[in-house]
Amino acid sequence: MSLLELSDVSKRFGGLMAVGHMSFSIEEGEILGLIGPNGAGKTTIFNLINGYFQPTSGQIRFKGERIDALRPYQVCRRGLARTFQVVKPLARLTVLENVMVPAFSRTEHRGEAEHLAREAIQFTDMAPWADAVAGSLPLGMRKRLELARALATDPKLLLLDENFAGLNPSEVETTIEIVRKIHQSGVTILIIEHNMRVIMSISHRLLCINYGEKIAEGKPDAVANEPHVIEAYLGSAHA
Amino acid sequence: MSPQVAGQIELLGQVLISGILLGGLYALIGLGMSLIMGVMKIINLAHGELMMVAMYITFWAFTLWKVDPYVSLLIVLPLMFLLGVGIQKYLLAPVMDANTVLPQNQVLLTVGLGLVLSNLALLLFTANYRSVPVSYASKTIYWDIKMGGQTISLSFSFPFLVAFGIAMVLGALLFLFLGKTDTGRAIRATAQDKRAAALMGVDTKKITMITFGLGTALVGAAGALLDPVYYLYPQIGGPFTNKAFVITVLGGMGNIPGAILGGLVLGLAESLGSVYISLGYKEAFGFVIFVAVLIFMPKGLLGKGRA
Amino acid sequence: MKSSRFLLPFALVVILLIPAVVKSPYLLHMLILSMLWVVLGQSWNLLGGFTGQISYGHAAFFGVGAYTTGIIVKLGYSPKVAWSGLLFGGLAAALIAALIGWICFRLRGPYFSLSVLALAEVLRIVAINFKALTNGAEGILYLPAFNGKAYYYYIVLALVTVNFLVIRSVMRSKLGFYFLAIREDQDAAESLGINPTRYKLTSLLISAFFTGAGGAFYMNYLGFIDPGIVFSIPDISVMMILVTMLGGAATFWGPAVGAVLYILCSEFLRVWLPSGHLIFFGILIIAIIIFFPNGIVGSLNDLKARKKRRLAADAAAATPTAPSVAA
Repeated sequence: MSLLELSDVSKRFGGLMAVGHMSFSIEEGEILGLIGPNGAGKTTIFNLINGYFQPTSGQIRFKGERIDALRPYQVCRRGLARTFQVVKPLARLTVLENVMVPAFSRTEHRGEAEHLAREAIQFTDMAPWADAVAGSLPLGMRKRLELARALATDPKLLLLDENFAGLNPSEVETTIEIVRKIHQSGVTILIIEHNMRVIMSISHRLLCINYGEKIAEGKPDAVANEPHVIEAYLGSAHA
Repeated sequence: MSPQVAGQIELLGQVLISGILLGGLYALIGLGMSLIMGVMKIINLAHGELMMVAMYITFWAFTLWKVDPYVSLLIVLPLMFLLGVGIQKYLLAPVMDANTVLPQNQVLLTVGLGLVLSNLALLLFTANYRSVPVSYASKTIYWDIKMGGQTISLSFSFPFLVAFGIAMVLGALLFLFLGKTDTGRAIRATAQDKRAAALMGVDTKKITMITFGLGTALVGAAGALLDPVYYLYPQIGGPFTNKAFVITVLGGMGNIPGAILGGLVLGLAESLGSVYISLGYKEAFGFVIFVAVLIFMPKGLLGKGRA
Repeated sequence: MKSSRFLLPFALVVILLIPAVVKSPYLLHMLILSMLWVVLGQSWNLLGGFTGQISYGHAAFFGVGAYTTGIIVKLGYSPKVAWSGLLFGGLAAALIAALIGWICFRLRGPYFSLSVLALAEVLRIVAINFKALTNGAEGILYLPAFNGKAYYYYIVLALVTVNFLVIRSVMRSKLGFYFLAIREDQDAAESLGINPTRYKLTSLLISAFFTGAGGAFYMNYLGFIDPGIVFSIPDISVMMILVTMLGGAATFWGPAVGAVLYILCSEFLRVWLPSGHLIFFGILIIAIIIFFPNGIVGSLNDLKARKKRRLAADAAAATPTAPSVAA
């Protein structure tokens, strides 16, 4: 049984087919990269998995259970966490408080939640920022905070939505390290990323989509060299 | 047909007529709110109080200079437009992007504004109920229908009929304005997506001011039209603010044709409810529909609002 | 801090001794009203300030609490029994709140804010028309249970204390973190495992319960209510917001500061500007929003927060991954 399985999932907005007949699965322990030009429907797929949108048709299974009719908080409580491309810090709370919020889904006790939150903060290398107000963080740290919060829910599967965008080279390196560490701790990862160097270096497998449909899937090198993948990118992102 | 049945039909016809005529005025109030809500994404809790201001302007124009309420529309519309622009420019716009703990800064501000307006009126004009005693206040037009050997006689209040007509004309003008002029299109673009509109070169600040001015002018027109058929007093605004957002939710927030429908539905509900259920609960019927709409069709009766 | 360790018990002793020392009924009356308004402000603040759900119609819950008490008396029970309104009035308010919250909190947008405002209006109309139970517009009048203000002083003191402790312990627990998360960003909160509808409703229920209890106290204390007083939008709903904003929304002590100032202002205006008090408060609301949006306690906290931000800047300088290094 795959950890996550999408079978024939479609999502329409009015007349627009945002995602069409999408099927793929993620095996436990994998890092699957999701690539495709801007507007290809990558974030929509995340929103479908995460429960923000409900698919127009098709099924989504997580650990064998159907999750396509669940709300985001229910999906989260089953061990599936995500980050947001457009970061959503709880702006008036401190970093520690931000990370305690998801930790409370694992414990009722404040002390225990703080302990779990500090672990996640440590893990993501944010300890010096723990008492900073989230709204005052620079972008790089906000992106990192997304990671720390998702981690604090103790996920089985983590969806990362462009956590590298807007980072400087040294931050990119640190974040790659953190993602690897998260993966080594037993978390399966589905990642959307535009930075090809990053995605080629950390993914085990790549999935390329365009116009809401899958156009290639397989080993990173193979996918990156497929003619229609190159074409999709040259036709839009590199134009 | 027995006279009793004819009587019942006559009553029902009469109730429907007064409901629709009243609904026309409500539509005007709702249009103003819906416009503001569509562009600014806020509710204006001083909406009814602004109507009250227009009612007093009309009242004094009539009392001091014998200006007919319908003629005074020519003063009321521009004055209220300017008042709305001023409120937006000097009160609402400055607090829009303020980073505060409480959300709905602008709405809270309109609460304060409403309080100031109604109590200022109380201070200046006392709590007395007043009316505008126009010569045609109780003029009525009859319409007799022969039906099954009985005559059913329906009456139309003249000032209500005129108010309805003017309300519909203003509604149509607004519709044309939004559809055919550059400013109107800019308003619609801003309502749809403010940031995108700004990127396309729309001066959203100016458009927001115009919108609030228009919304205020529309509710002001409703106030002037209401004067010949209603009494006025400083606290009259509150219930009308409630009506305005009931209408807006019925029609779907920010939906212009929806607001007209919402106004008519509210007018009919109040009219039917107060005759067939209880007069004392007249003001509550709108709320019952409001709750039903929230439960069963939160996007409004037309299903096109933003839920 | 060491000073607060002595300050708090000292303040408590002073507060407990006041009725023994202060014999002026007028002064005690002012203190009682202030404490009642602390309860109302704190309750509104839990929902509005901490959870970010603005209510323009909390008079609905206040009125339901007051009328529950009034109806107990009208049904023939003694004024002593009417004190049970503190519990039953709170529960009745919470019940109404549960209904309106269940309908509105599933929806995004200003639906809750609007509905609760309309609810207060409808309840006022019901109270006017349902004469068998409410005496209609005449209102309900009875002779309160106790002579002497001291009793009322201690009862409202107990109410305000319980209210404060409940809210503080809520805000320091999981619930509080969830409320704040919902206020800051509902999407983020939901993706982090929070059911927004459920926790907004929880916040509303606590808020409505204590507002209802406040209404019940009001009735027990003054012995008279009518629909226009207890369901008043300007005098109850809006003043609850004013009290919170003036003191500082989303702070623990803000509503207390706001309530005391509000009662002082009211008294001052009652004497000097009797017909203009609502104009003054209206202008005050506008002025607070424009010039002083975080209120008195909030602004003091902002000063502290600025210190924290400096801390963050220091951390940035110490961390090699900070963007300031690369930028």
